Amino acid sequence: MASTAPEKEDPTAPAPVLGPGQTYTTVTQKISSIITSRTPLGWIIGVALALGLMQCFALGVTWLLIKGVGVWGLNVPVGWGWAIINFVWWIGIGHAGTLISAILLLMRQNWRNSINRFAEAMTIFAVICAMQFPLLHTGRPWIAAYWLLPYPNSMGVWPQFRSPLIWDVFAVSTYFTVSLIFWYIGLIPDFATLRDKAKQKVSRVIYGILSMGWRGSAKHWHNYEMTSLLLAGISTPLVLSVHSIVSFDFSVGLVPGWHATIFPPYFVAGAVFAGFAMVLTLALPLRAVYGLHDFITDRHLNNMSKVMLATGLIVAYGYGMEQFYAWYSASTYEGYMMQNRTWGPYSFEYWMLILCNVAVPQLLWIKWVRLNPIMLFIVSMFINVGMWLERFIIVVTSLHRDYMPSSWDMYRSTPWDWLLYIGTIGIFLLGMLLFIRVMPVINIVEIRLLVPRKGHDKKPDHDASADASAD
Amino acid sequence: MAENSIYGLMAEYDNPDDLLHAAQGAYAAGYRNMDAFSPLPIHDLSESLGYEKHRVPFWVLFGGMVGACTGFGLQYWVSVIDYPLNIAGRPFLSWPMFIPVTFEMGILFAAFGAFLSMLILNGLPQPYHPVFNVDAFESASSDGFFLCIEAEDPKFELSETRNFLEGLHATKVVEVES
Repeated sequence: MASTAPEKEDPTAPAPVLGPGQTYTTVTQKISSIITSRTPLGWIIGVALALGLMQCFALGVTWLLIKGVGVWGLNVPVGWGWAIINFVWWIGIGHAGTLISAILLLMRQNWRNSINRFAEAMTIFAVICAMQFPLLHTGRPWIAAYWLLPYPNSMGVWPQFRSPLIWDVFAVSTYFTVSLIFWYIGLIPDFATLRDKAKQKVSRVIYGILSMGWRGSAKHWHNYEMTSLLLAGISTPLVLSVHSIVSFDFSVGLVPGWHATIFPPYFVAGAVFAGFAMVLTLALPLRAVYGLHDFITDRHLNNMSKVMLATGLIVAYGYGMEQFYAWYSASTYEGYMMQNRTWGPYSFEYWMLILCNVAVPQLLWIKWVRLNPIMLFIVSMFINVGMWLERFIIVVTSLHRDYMPSSWDMYRSTPWDWLLYIGTIGIFLLGMLLFIRVMPVINIVEIRLLVPRKGHDKKPDHDASADASAD
Repeated sequence: MAENSIYGLMAEYDNPDDLLHAAQGAYAAGYRNMDAFSPLPIHDLSESLGYEKHRVPFWVLFGGMVGACTGFGLQYWVSVIDYPLNIAGRPFLSWPMFIPVTFEMGILFAAFGAFLSMLILNGLPQPYHPVFNVDAFESASSDGFFLCIEAEDPKFELSETRNFLEGLHATKVVEVES
């Protein structure tokens, strides 16, 4: 609070996005030092934990492949369980990365510059985690390839292009590829910085290869900036399409509770909501551990909280609309589905979802909460849980009591569901930790753009302490 | 190796504004074969060196069109020609159902177009370039700003160009070995 006091004189003047006194030299030094410095103990502990969690994944996959999908809690009528829940959860988390790197770039929100890199990394690893589930839910992924991907096979059959599940394959694989390209293009100039900063020959060669001989010439920047802008332009409709298509998996079906036109926008808003919660879940510890307070400032926390609040309200509107539809449709099945969802055997999960996604985020109206890292972390964790519950509620409560009461049944997950889910958290953590260790966690070029030019001009002596001579 | 053959003269600047002024000055003085190097994109710098045209957008559009046609063509060929299936009595060419894959393929190829055209237009990957022979050039990726006038330029004349660059507030002017 105290640090934002000076801005109160002019409420229209935004708080700084970069701490005071930073120059090109200091931002380069600070961000690359995360990589060039010694491996911190906490990082090693984190990797050990992530590898431990990944053992769960190995165990879960092995047993699944030996026994088949029967080891999960799936049975008629609930044929879709944790696999699709986890898939949608992870994909949704990824969306904040693209929102930050693409949509906020187009809107010239320069506060995004310091969070876009690791938000994009988060997208990549979240999509990797998400992709495990559609692959594994086939039980025998090596046989299933022919109905996932169109390739000429000996049976002469093709995927069913009229199915949203195939749209999903194309949407998610395109999303992953485009995110990777966007991420890599952003990294090229930063790899060049690391190449020039590297102390060891090996890292110099590796970063040299990754930077492709980037020289930072005016011609390079000329094409680079246009490419970034265009990729942002094409990623924007892409990210909106991906979660819309994910929502088609449900809304194209005729199951009560799924067949609703609100699904695409409601899913996209939920994805951004979940994604920003995950960005905060990662950014707050990262900022504390590496002392990045000059780059991830109070303004970032404030803005991200506001995005979460806004998207959270859209999601809450979605919940309200689902209730409204159930009543207004005058359909017995829709009406019963909603009554069952709210007061039936899964009502505990439903009200926990309302608590996590609707009630707790209202704390973000309070400025103190938005600027308090601990409070923000707690709220983000609630949202992470809440968004998982949302997918659980949509999938399970809609299926377990549908049209025919004689087939009604309860759905229970098994330990193998848990192992796979926890295992993907391990994959995600390991990916993020490796990323933090070997790549610039903050986009150095875009932070240089935030350095005030005049302040830099006043310091012609900064070359005296030039770090270039350190090599 | 060949001491006599130099690639050009490189002037170092302290900040983006000096580099921009120097680039504009050099262009006005008639130098054309030159390039500026900076750790961050500088507004107007490439324009002041004469790079006006943006070629990337064409390739993005081209990629997008090729991708969308490929996506739609694939679905048309599969669903109408190679293996027509009657799904719920819908026409074989049920084009509204083909839009999502068409769209995604368009985006995918547009991204390939952006990535590849950026690399090719920039001549990357390029393992060797003479400017890396300058020791101080390491700072071009952190806090140094450089302008290099190449020996190929018709107006290039070693001592004259050196004086010219020094006159444009360069902190240092060095020869670049080729």
